[in-house]
Amino acid sequence: MFNYNFRWNQALNSLPDMLQGALVTMEIAILSMVIGISVAIVLTLFRLSGNRILSAISATWVEIARNTPALFQIYMVHFGLGGFGVHLSPYLSLLIGIAFNNAGYLTENFRGALKAIPDTQTRAARSLGMSSIQAFQSVILPQMLRISFLPMTNQMVWAILMTSLGAVVAMNTDLYGVTSDLNARTFRTFELFAIAAVIFYVITKVITLSARLLAARLFRY
Amino acid sequence: MIEIENVRKSFGPLEVLKGINLTVAKGEVLTVIGGSGSGKSTLLTCINGLEPIDSGRILVDGIEVHARTTDLNKLRQKIGIVFQQWNAFPHLTVLENVMLAQVKVLKRSKAEAEAEAVRQLNHVGLGDKLKVYPSKLSGGQQQRMAIARALAMSPDYMLLDEVTSALDPQLVGEVLDTLRMLASEGMTMICVTHEMKFAREVSDRVAFFHKGVMAEIAPPEELFGAPKDPELQKFLAATH
Ligand SMILES: Nc1ncnc2c1ncn2[C@@H]1O[C@H](COP(=O)(O)OP(=O)(O)OP(=O)(O)O)[C@@H](O)[C@H]1O
Ligand SMILES: [Mg+2]
Repeated sequence: MFNYNFRWNQALNSLPDMLQGALVTMEIAILSMVIGISVAIVLTLFRLSGNRILSAISATWVEIARNTPALFQIYMVHFGLGGFGVHLSPYLSLLIGIAFNNAGYLTENFRGALKAIPDTQTRAARSLGMSSIQAFQSVILPQMLRISFLPMTNQMVWAILMTSLGAVVAMNTDLYGVTSDLNARTFRTFELFAIAAVIFYVITKVITLSARLLAARLFRY
Repeated sequence: MIEIENVRKSFGPLEVLKGINLTVAKGEVLTVIGGSGSGKSTLLTCINGLEPIDSGRILVDGIEVHARTTDLNKLRQKIGIVFQQWNAFPHLTVLENVMLAQVKVLKRSKAEAEAEAVRQLNHVGLGDKLKVYPSKLSGGQQQRMAIARALAMSPDYMLLDEVTSALDPQLVGEVLDTLRMLASEGMTMICVTHEMKFAREVSDRVAFFHKGVMAEIAPPEELFGAPKDPELQKFLAATH
């Protein structure tokens, strides 16, 4: 009844292709973080602006990103926008979907971080003649990013893992997509997915470890 | 010159400043004393426009602080203010703390700003702490850094809000020495303080605040020697 023969050699032959996929996965994760952090900063400013409409946009974004499955978010970017005649490639759909999710979670993290910064910091900056934008940029933002550093690292790991959701938009060049294509051709299911899992694991470990090293270098206060 | 004309200010139902009239001349050192909640800090934050006022007006060198057309960022360059605590930017070194606004606001070059920062930090006795982060400084050193940071903007006025009140007694002396030095250099200052000996010694005039009213203002010999206001008499009796 249990007659699956392990054929690691054949699966390992696919390693170069899978590593190529891993690069795409990392590229998407990194870009989605860069976009996610930038958008989250803007959404945070929206919230701080005191403008009702801007605050509502920010709040809605956070609510949707955090309370619906990431898979739906990616799906909606691809097929939802497709319904309005905006046809994005699987790569772009996946990237934007993950960036959307990142931005939502990070905005919420930034909100928490801001609470930890006493408002006397802004007062001190403003009374030195800095504009509110200068005060945010030079005094508040660096402290906010520092406090959010660990959550940002977690989100980066999550972004790596979310790339596998590209399956719903027929993404086939990332690590999951490549693995799944190879599987369809060779049926070395266990070997291929075991190797993919190890690669995912190594990537996320490297991210957490290098984040820790980076934090030690960046934050000496 | 700082001219305060009939200034009123409320926080919700609580009237904190009940018609303050006060003029501080160039080069004058005014100390403000009074009980907790009497409106001393509020007055300082109104002078540099951090707090709006309800009526009256405040003029700094003839410029009305709360007028719509006033460029507050520009006006604040003239007015250094040091709060009771939490002044330091924790993510910047002592040197960077003192350089930041010089570069951002006065548009000084990095080199100019650094030279000025080093000068001011030496001035307040922190010349050996340039590369240190504020968390590694004592409270007294943090306050002196905040004073240096304000001075580096070349202000015409310094507003100091109980800069020694959060400090251990042995650290109070060093900060007061810094303020004495400033006073002797002719800086125009308004110091809110609980240090009566200091007030007596450095002030040209002392103002006593009570429940949002400036109940008495006089040169120190007079105010401490022959206080007229009954509340002031009580206050002084309690602090001795
Ligand atoms: N932002 C604010 N919102 C509401 N009430 C405030 C605010 N700031 C100050 N108050 C109130 O206004 C009153 C005057 O406060 P202020 O800080 O000016 O007093 P103070 O004379 O500086 O007292 P202390 O010696 O304790 O520092 C107090 O009752 C205080 O609770
Ligand atoms: Mg006060």
